[in-house]
Amino acid sequence: MPGAPFAIVGAMTPLRVNGEHVELDVAPRRTLLDALRADLGLTGAKKSCDMGNCGACTVLLDGAAVYSCLVLAVDCAGRAVTTIEGLAADGKLHRLQEAFIAADALQCGFCTPGQLMALAALYDRVARPSDAEIMRALSGNLCRCGAYQNIVRAARMAREP
Amino acid sequence: MTTRLEGRAKVTGAARYAADARFPGLLYARILRSPHAHARIRRIDTSRAERLGGVHAVLSSANSPCIGWYEESALFDRTVRFIGDEVAAVAAESEELAEDAVRLIAVQYEPLAFDMRGAPAEPKTEQRGDLARGLREADVVLEAAYRTQTALHNALEPHGCTALWHGDHLVVHESTQGIFAVRDEVAEKLGLSPQKVRVITEHMGGGFGAKQIAWKHTVIAALLAQRTGRPVQLMLERSAENLAVGNRNATEQALRLGAKRDGTLTAIDVRIRFEQGAYSAGGEASDVIGTYLTLYRCANVRAEQRPLRSNAGPAVAFRAPGYAEGNFALESAIDELAERLKIDAVELRLRNYATRDQREDKPFTAPQSLRRCITRVAEACEWTHQRSGLGFAAHDWAAGGGWPPAEAEVEFRDGAARVVVGVQDIGTGSRTALAQIVAAELGIALERVAIELGDTQPEIYGPTSAGSATLATLGPVLQDAARRAKNAGRGRAVRADNPQDKSIRTCGAQAVELAVDRDTGEVSVKRVVAAHDCGRIVNPLLQSSQVIGGITQALGYALNEHRVVDPRLGEVLNANLEEYKVPTLADIPAIVNLSESMPDEEANATGAKGCGEPPIIPTAAALANAIYSATGVRIRELPITRDKLIR
Repeated sequence: MPGAPFAIVGAMTPLRVNGEHVELDVAPRRTLLDALRADLGLTGAKKSCDMGNCGACTVLLDGAAVYSCLVLAVDCAGRAVTTIEGLAADGKLHRLQEAFIAADALQCGFCTPGQLMALAALYDRVARPSDAEIMRALSGNLCRCGAYQNIVRAARMAREP
Repeated sequence: MTTRLEGRAKVTGAARYAADARFPGLLYARILRSPHAHARIRRIDTSRAERLGGVHAVLSSANSPCIGWYEESALFDRTVRFIGDEVAAVAAESEELAEDAVRLIAVQYEPLAFDMRGAPAEPKTEQRGDLARGLREADVVLEAAYRTQTALHNALEPHGCTALWHGDHLVVHESTQGIFAVRDEVAEKLGLSPQKVRVITEHMGGGFGAKQIAWKHTVIAALLAQRTGRPVQLMLERSAENLAVGNRNATEQALRLGAKRDGTLTAIDVRIRFEQGAYSAGGEASDVIGTYLTLYRCANVRAEQRPLRSNAGPAVAFRAPGYAEGNFALESAIDELAERLKIDAVELRLRNYATRDQREDKPFTAPQSLRRCITRVAEACEWTHQRSGLGFAAHDWAAGGGWPPAEAEVEFRDGAARVVVGVQDIGTGSRTALAQIVAAELGIALERVAIELGDTQPEIYGPTSAGSATLATLGPVLQDAARRAKNAGRGRAVRADNPQDKSIRTCGAQAVELAVDRDTGEVSVKRVVAAHDCGRIVNPLLQSSQVIGGITQALGYALNEHRVVDPRLGEVLNANLEEYKVPTLADIPAIVNLSESMPDEEANATGAKGCGEPPIIPTAAALANAIYSATGVRIRELPITRDKLIR
């Protein structure tokens, strides 16, 4: 029957979020995005389309950039999630974050956490990514304010010398 | 370069938006929307939804106060007039449960006849001189018709709010461009005094015009919060965002331009129809005729615009409402006219641009700034109309000069300032630019200025972020308040009137360089060069971002974006971000911003004017002109998709 309420499963979901162990008590249908935002209070990842079109909810799952609106929280058991809140280390901004500020790679800022995490996944693997790699990493992230030109400028600025 | 004050908050995820407000006991709301383009509601049965565990309240016309909305309609009207019209709402413990509950509401509709083509309403006409004489005096008369599409704002943050009550006081964390507009409208709908409603917008994820009025969701959230005694968050889903909370009106523009052989314009005649949708939503009006009346010097003008009412979602202001649409037609037509006259298209513009506001019959405060912008862009792109794939357009914009009322408060102690204003920073960087004006006036570093905005509670009125007005409205007030604070430790000031004998506007020019693949019709935009007059540039980095962003949006408008409606059903077929094609990174050419700081001292004491809207205005026409230059094909309809080019 469409719309019938789902039964709540009692099992806890253990995972690491920004380096800390957490136990989530969530329904199987809850997305990672909703779990981060509503259950863990990590509101940096944004809900914009909720169907994998825009990238505003991008986080790292075991180091790979994923749309957290397309991942079920229960499927993250035993895995490591990094959100925008975990990108700066001990209060020191990641070089991508510094570059985003310097290049004004944002306007309203709503897509910014997703853009940064999409790039962070790349920069964790490649210290000096090519322009093509930058473009590919950002290809799934929309910016309606149209800050793309400065987002690419920031990404270039963040390449290690 | 001075970067934005909220930069750190926005790159760390600390910046709080409407849906980031967290309160104990928070409930989540969802709205049930009409699946019919026009229908009467016979019966609503919410009992199954109410019985669902975790559901705390269900609201519909059956159990909510009768609150008037749009002209003759109501918050939950018994007649629905477009697919997406509000029918009922639910508050539940989670978003998932709210969605379940909405699906359990059974509604019996009696479908009614509907009209997607649109019935013409009363026209608005402005004229001057003698049109017939102007046409008689012309050596060449160009007659052409242009069309523009319905475009969707699609700010990445949907409309929405988090609402909670403290006794009989309502607090709303809202994604809005007008905290005071929302406060006053919500208070009126709920029968409260405005002082009992507090609206907070710390950060917002884009609005582009669609968030300048109070929409139904805010009042619905407030009613649900009242009924449940719990805070309620109501954020629209992407589909609802694309159906019910505004769009840029489609237009049909039939025009005649008359000119003498030397290029002198003798007549402008335009008849415009524009789609308003099912309701008149309010906010900034779509002044499609505006640019026909002001951009060029012409003694004989008749301009008429007629709204069409149809069973589609209501239109609302979208960045430079009316001007983006009007400019596409007028500036395409000027190129067509130039060709007929065998006069260079830039030269024709330089011969005809207006130095007076012919609508108000006053000189402009900066009469030659448009010439400067046109010349600068033409030089930078090495303009010649013989170069294939190069297109040009100029524009004006009636706003950008700001206006009263507005007020501000500045405290200055121990070399540090505290500033309170009642505007919101919609992402343009108002927070930063306004603080810079205070810092400059007080002769202190920007870090010594703490600025508070986005909250109605201090009762310091600030205007809606519309008409590119924020900087020019509040800049002079802050300068004044800071000066007072310098002497007295504390200063409050209000916005003075604009000069009465002059007219303030903004304007600019853009050139587009592109190539067209003759086999596939694919348009590759190589470069857009822009110069806009926004008076004194307070922050070059932020001004540049506005130009880059406006042009990026304009390229989407010109090439891809189009709300597609099935006329047989009245249904929007692409109400999502997959099929509604906003520009992606891969679509963006090099955007070169050549705007110069041109202090407009007669406009206001800061010399600054706005630049939020202007960059979106001339791109589509420059692009259409470039396509003509590259292919010899004149496309008079937006968006310029490949099928139109190949046909």
